[in-house]
Amino acid sequence: MSRRVRLAVFVPALGVFAALLVWGLVGLPDFGHYVGPYGYLLDRVAVPERHVTNVVTAVVFDYRGFDTLGEEFILFTAVVGVVLLLRGDEPEAPELNDSIGSDLVRVGGVLAVGAALLVGLWLVAFGYLTPGGGFQGGVVVAAAALLVFLVSSYRDWEGIGSEHVLDPLEAVGAGGFVVIGLAALVSGLPFLTNLLGPGTTGTLRSGGSVAFLNWATALEVSAALLVLFSEFLEEYVVPLAAESS
Amino acid sequence: MSFLPYALAAWICCVGLYGIVTSRNLVHLALCLTVTQSSTYVLLLAIGYVQGGGPPIFKGVKLGTTAVDPVVQALVLTDIVVSVTVLALILALALDVHKEAGTVDPDAIAEMSG
Amino acid sequence: MAIALAALGAPAVVLVRDPLKQIVLSGFYGWSLVILFVVLGAPDVALSMLVVGTVGYPLVVLVAIARIRSDKEEGDGE
Repeated sequence: MSRRVRLAVFVPALGVFAALLVWGLVGLPDFGHYVGPYGYLLDRVAVPERHVTNVVTAVVFDYRGFDTLGEEFILFTAVVGVVLLLRGDEPEAPELNDSIGSDLVRVGGVLAVGAALLVGLWLVAFGYLTPGGGFQGGVVVAAAALLVFLVSSYRDWEGIGSEHVLDPLEAVGAGGFVVIGLAALVSGLPFLTNLLGPGTTGTLRSGGSVAFLNWATALEVSAALLVLFSEFLEEYVVPLAAESS
Repeated sequence: MSFLPYALAAWICCVGLYGIVTSRNLVHLALCLTVTQSSTYVLLLAIGYVQGGGPPIFKGVKLGTTAVDPVVQALVLTDIVVSVTVLALILALALDVHKEAGTVDPDAIAEMSG
Repeated sequence: MAIALAALGAPAVVLVRDPLKQIVLSGFYGWSLVILFVVLGAPDVALSMLVVGTVGYPLVVLVAIARIRSDKEEGDGE
């Protein structure tokens, strides 16, 4: 349908939709007066049961671990889709003369990459004690690796962004989550039961399998994002190389 | 005051939908889609808020202090990371369309056949 | 207030038609959402949105824009 017809249909439909939305939202409990028992229960119970002080991470990897498995596979599938669309179109290994000349940028960049990598790893490692976790830390680690491309040349990035390195890492991350869950299944308990003991509250040795699932997720998220970035950067760099040659 | 965050979520959702329908550029459309997605994050977090509650992190904080709902936060934070990959997928499709059709205008693409 | 910032940011992102300007505005909108999330007591979510909105979205969209532009120039030049 043409653009005018589409707009003529859309504006009243939007009005009806907005009215219905407001009508539905008015029926919710007042803002700040949270009603459901699940949230209150988890806040009380999570720390004594799992000895993990970041309740959100306990929910993501333990109480709602199965949902996280689903989300990880959404991530995996979307990355597979991007790879199918973008890989293999372009000729191999373009030669690009884009090394950064300025020493200040290179030195500052090396320091920044190191700092960002450390922050990312810290976010992952202490994710179940303080705000953080596999997802956030994984994105920060991917950003630190991307910084390598920004402060030096494309050739240095190719070492990190090569498909031979990243594809297995991503698969290990996604598969690791499933394997840890299956380990519980093998011993006769339901899938993804937290097998290992809870440990001491407030230290790194707490939460049982939350720690391992955390690291598997971080690996998968960072590898998946790096695959994405590398596919997109290849798309970006190839016309530049064709221009400059 | 108590309805304001829900009204914000509804407003952002409608604004995003308007942007998607009236878009002339597939990249602009993808960004409007992220705006619409963000309205769901605001709605979920607003539902979980407890008056006077702090974040659900108990390191150094006495157990039993009021905290907001952790379950909705778990849903939203995995969602945000996944939305990047979905955006990348949409943009990869847009790039493909541009290679085939030479344009990223949704109206022009719709008129093509075959 | 955080709610007002987010309420102004959303139409700003939508009404700007050029994707390049839109990415900058979407960065600011992302930061206004981070403030809103912190006010609502969700530091994990705020961390997530901060990194994704600053690194994830701009990179992917900027590469797409650059590639579309360079393909267009190549097509015009032929």
